[in-house]
Order: sequence, then structure tokens, then C-alpha cells
Amino acid sequence: MASAIGIIFANLHEENVPELVRRRTMASIPYGGRYRIIDFVLSNMVNSGITTVGLMTSNNYRSLIDHIGSGKDWDLARKDGGLILLPPFSEKHDKLYTTRLEALNSVTGFLNRRKEKYVVLTDCDGVMRVDIADIIEQHESKNADITLVTHYGKVGNRKDFMLVNTDNDGRVNEIKLSPHVADGTKADIFINMMVINRQFLLNLVEESVTHGFISFESDILIKQLDSLKIYRYDYQGYYAGIDSMSAYYKHNMELLDKDVRDELFGARDIYTKVRDSAPSKYGEGAVVKNSLISDGCEIEGVVENSILFRGVKVAKGAVVKNSIVMQDNIIGQNTALDCVITDKNVVISDRKTLGGCATLPYYIPKGTRL
Amino acid sequence: MQRRKECVAMLLAGGQGSRLYALTTNIAKPAVAFGAKYRIIDFPLSNCVNSGIDTVGVLTQYQPLILNEYIGNGQPWDLDRTYGGVHILSPYQAKTNSSWYAGTANAIYQNLHFMKMYNPEYVLILSGDHIYKMDYSAMLKAHKATGADCTIAAIDVPLSEASRFGILNTNPDGSIYQFEEKPKQPKSTLASMGIYIFSAQKLFKYLEADDANPNSSKDFGKDVLPAMLNAGEKMYSYRFDGYWKDVGTIASLWEANMDLLGDNPEFDIADKSWKIHSRNPLAPPEHIGETGVVKNAMVALGCEINGVVENSILGSNVIVEKGAVVKDAVVLANSVIKAGATVSYSIIDENVTVGKNANIGVSKDATAEIVVLGRGVTVADGVTVDKGQMHEKDILA
Repeated sequence: MASAIGIIFANLHEENVPELVRRRTMASIPYGGRYRIIDFVLSNMVNSGITTVGLMTSNNYRSLIDHIGSGKDWDLARKDGGLILLPPFSEKHDKLYTTRLEALNSVTGFLNRRKEKYVVLTDCDGVMRVDIADIIEQHESKNADITLVTHYGKVGNRKDFMLVNTDNDGRVNEIKLSPHVADGTKADIFINMMVINRQFLLNLVEESVTHGFISFESDILIKQLDSLKIYRYDYQGYYAGIDSMSAYYKHNMELLDKDVRDELFGARDIYTKVRDSAPSKYGEGAVVKNSLISDGCEIEGVVENSILFRGVKVAKGAVVKNSIVMQDNIIGQNTALDCVITDKNVVISDRKTLGGCATLPYYIPKGTRL
Repeated sequence: MQRRKECVAMLLAGGQGSRLYALTTNIAKPAVAFGAKYRIIDFPLSNCVNSGIDTVGVLTQYQPLILNEYIGNGQPWDLDRTYGGVHILSPYQAKTNSSWYAGTANAIYQNLHFMKMYNPEYVLILSGDHIYKMDYSAMLKAHKATGADCTIAAIDVPLSEASRFGILNTNPDGSIYQFEEKPKQPKSTLASMGIYIFSAQKLFKYLEADDANPNSSKDFGKDVLPAMLNAGEKMYSYRFDGYWKDVGTIASLWEANMDLLGDNPEFDIADKSWKIHSRNPLAPPEHIGETGVVKNAMVALGCEINGVVENSILGSNVIVEKGAVVKDAVVLANSVIKAGATVSYSIIDENVTVGKNANIGVSKDATAEIVVLGRGVTVADGVTVDKGQMHEKDILA
């Protein structure tokens, strides 16, 4: 594979899941029992041979730093490259960036210092297993300036999205920003991952500053659609777009399906922070059906169609159904949960009954004691 | 000022563990899997780091590949240090006297230069055969307080078992007046745990003397400790009251695994105040399916369970298919129990496949003996493996 570096935007799209990002970044949202969204993004890069990754953060990134550490759990603690944290940086009197383009302008130093030919830009609003090497290969063979990764699927409730049309060769000839579409419309949706030549990106950023461009999408992609060689890469695998609370719930639950698990975890490792929890323990009274259980759990009660993160305790007589229970929760005796998402460190005392529904799961914020 | 380490630990990990039979055909005993995701060596290594000892020499000899690979640079135990850290010490060639480690004392003697590199005040000698949580720093404190030349950790054992151990006969103040290796008529029930703290200079002196002695069997228990006692050196016992289990036999290894189960387990492996570190498997959370039943069990990541698992320990990525029953068993990583098979009272090593409707072992009763299936064994569909059998080769229909 030709050389490439990665740039990950940790904070974009947070407006879609405000509850989950109240005290964290999009990138550090817990997902799938023992992961955070960024684990999938980073693992895709590492498994595709990318060993230099810049991580752009703008706010609330303490939990992200705690999770990432030196990057060694992703094999990204390197002397040359590795994981490079790019927190906000601005010259005096400048205001902090708010868009992708402004953010890129703040890391031209990093982009300049690297020697790799390509840059893979990606956000943390999706969970998938994609072979980035294959995207770069297509990018090279088309001699493209920019390759946008798209996924054909339902537009759904997305508010902020981009639809892409192409000619027969895959060259993008139309881009629509958040158009109004009928319910259930399917389309090629840009999934916030693109490949771009590093030098070309640097030129684009410089040009944007000169012209006062702000938006990568409308000022560059749309305005220069004809002059730039923009291609799309059609990603056909499993894609979980986290664009609302109900999507977050639905896609987590999809992991209970073996086919989805096999595709996401099967062929290659998904790396995450190691916590050294003990293996999970099931008591005499445990009744567990169709659920994912992470390390460090202690289960004495009933767990059905649910996802338990690390270190969750389910007491005797408790019934957890259709729920996502995050790290270090304690679910008290004879307490019943149905369609509930409990954030980290929630303690629910005995004999409580809490419930939501699949389209509107009941969310309990981090650290709540009930 | 010259840098030095107050205490260097030397971990004897070269043993074959021949009483574990098929489980140690290709791996050294300290690398044998335990407690779903651990290996035996995780316990002394975690005890070291939790006790503030960050310099550990691991002496390997028998089948070291998996052990070396597992320890790597020591990072999982925080033992990848710029000064100190974990070091694998295997036998080596020299201009004179190239030899395999001839005994526990000889193994340490051959690595005198390693210990001297850190100029330690104390040396902690450990073995890789036991499951326990122990604060070595408390033992070191006791060693300093008594002003001993050698302190031996000791535990009370039942009188009936005392003749299997090195027995310490002590005065009321804990000082040792007699040391008996596996006595037929034990005078006390205070057994040596094979954990010694020496004042370094004394250790070096006695190791050199022991090496020069042609009649010595180069063993700590048989030679070095008695020699020190005879010479009148100050030797103290250090009482340990916690859980400590020698997992040198199939039965004791099975029992120690079972000690992790229950509401109030004999051995609490999830103790957050004394974390056991290990090299973790990369696997998603385990999935218990619609037909899965898991009771009184410990299950590692990546398992897919659609059958029944009771009173058992499952390593990572174990698959238990629909209709299969695993009871009173230890199943190690990546093994597959196919549909309709039953596994009872057994230890199933890594990468084993138990075929459809096969019957492994019989349910646990007074006369049952544990079945052992070695690494990578495939058992054909419908085969019955009777109690107490040990297999290292595939079992055909």
C-alpha cells in the first residue's frame, strides 16, 4: 500500500447525540460492550497499515486522552509517527476553529512535516470495518484528487448529511447538502471518510485561507466539483451511523446478531484500552440470553437481549432487558430495566423499575445514583 | 551515586511440571493457563509489581517459547522499564562451564552477574508454580525488622500433607532452628512456600560456596538453606495466612480453578486492590445465545455459548454449541465443544475440538478422575472418553 497518514476528527457531529457527549467526545462514546467508537476507527487504520494518526480534538477530550494514553494498545506508540494528539491551537487573537477546514488549517505544521503521500480523513460518527488500503488503491488507480467514501442506505433522520451522485466511472458529478428527501429514501450517503493527496490538501487549505473559505463541503467540494477529480468509493459492508440516540441504540443491539459480529470482529482485531478486568462471573441464579457480556461483570440476575460493558454488577432478582449498561454500573436487587441506556458509573438501588422503548430508549446520565 | 535496586526478584520458571502431563508437553508450567484468561506466571509477576518490585529475572529452561512470547517486554505487568523491568534469563554458553541449570540454586548462581548489575540489598526468590496474592513488601519489611540473613515464607498445611513440603521448625520468635525437606515424620505443619528473601551478599556467598561443593545437588531446599542454618546464619520464617495453592498436579490445578467460583470464592481474582495483570486476549465481549445457560461459571472474552455451562471455567474464544453441556470442567482458549457433546470433570487444553455428541469424562463423584485433552487434540463425533484418561493425540471414531 502507498504511504498514508490518518487524521481523525474526534468532536464532529456531537450535536446528534447530545446526551452521550455531555462529558466526552464523539470519539470516546462507549460502544459494543468494551469499546469506544474511536477503537473501530483506529483499528481500521492500523489494520490497513497506517501507523501515523493525528487525532484532532476541540473540547471535552479528557476522557479521550484517558482512553488513548500513549496509543500502545493500538500499537501506535511509535518513535516515527504513531498516535499524535492535536488539541486546539491558535495564534493570539484568532478564535478556535469550528469547521473541518479551519481545523485542518491549524495542523498544517503536522501535515508539512510528514512525508506520506496520502491523508485519510475520518470522523467518529460511524462504526464499520473497512479496508482503507483498498480505498487508497482505488484513489491511486483513478488518479483522483479526493476520494469520498459513501455507503448506500436509508437517509433516515439525519439532519446534516451529504448525498453523492457519480458518472459510470465513479467520478462525482453531483453533491447535495442535506436535501429534503421523502421518508425511507435510500441514497449514496457520504460517511465522513475521505482520501486526499497530502500536498494537495495543504494547497487547498492555503487557498481557503486566502479566499476566506470556511466549509470543506460547500466551499471546496461543491464549488470546485468540475475542476477537481473527485471520486467516490462505494463501501458495501456493514455500516452503523451514529446520528441519533435511537441509531446508537439500534446499532449497538445489532451486535447481538452473529453475522454483524462476525463481520465487525471476525477477520481482524479491534483494539481497545486494556483494563485488566477479571473474566466475567456468572452466579447460580444467572439467566443470560442473547446478550453480550464484557470482562469484569458479575451477574446474579436475569439479562436478556442486552449489552453489558465492563465491570457491571447485576444483583439477584434484577431483570435487565433490551438495555445497554455501561461500565461499572450496579443494578440492584429486583430492579427491572427495559430499553434503558445507562451511562458509566450509574448505581440503581433495589426494587426500581425503569423503561423506555426501542425508538426512544430511556437514558440515564453518567454517575447517576437512583 | 551509583544507581541500585533495593530488591531484585528471581523467578524460577524453568520447571517442566511433569505431573501436569499433557498440559506441559509443549509449554513450561508457569505458562499453563489458569482462571479463564490468566497464566500461572501472572500471579508472581503481579505480586511483584503490586509490591513495588520492578526488577524481575525470569529463569527459563524447559520449552520456553510460549512463556517468552507471553512475557515479551513485560508491558502487561508494567515491567517494561528503562532501568530494571522483566528479563528472561535462559541458560547460556560461556568460555568455561557452559551448562543447563542443574538445580534451583545453580540457576540463580549462573545469573549472579544479572543480580550484581543492580547491586541489590536484597534478593527475592520466587517460583512459578503457585496461585496466590502476596505482598512481598510486607515480607521484606519483616526481613529487615528481624535483621535476618534469610526469610522464608511459610504457610500452615494439614499434618497429612506436611511430608510433601519443606518443613520449618521454628522458635516462638519465628526464627528457624531446623529445616527438613519432605520429612516422613514432620515435627511441625509450617511449610516453606518456596519464597525466600536473602540479604544479597549472604546469598552470593552461599551460592558460590554451593557451586564449589561437588556433593551438592544445587538445590535451595536441600543444600543452600541447610548450609546457611548449619553455619549459624539468622533465618526467620514469615507467616502467610492467605490463599496459596500449588497447582503442580492435574487435580490441584482443577481445584484451584474451581476455587474462583461461588458467591464467596476461596480466591477472589477480581480483587481491585490487588489486580492480577495479564496479557489480554483481543476479543469482543462473550455472547450468550438464546439457548445458552451459564451458571456458576467464569467466562473469558470472545466465547460464543449456545449450550449449557455449569460450574466451569472457560478461556477466551471458546465455542459451546447448542445442546452441548460443559460441567465441572476447565476449557482453555479457542476450544470448540460441538453440538450435543458433553464435557464433565475435565481439563480441555487450548485449540481442542470435541466432536458432535462426544462424551468426555463422567460426572464428578468420589471415584471420578479428571480427563485431560492436550493442546490441539481433535475428538471425533460420538466418541466416549472415560474418566481419568489423558490424550495428546487426536481421538478417531
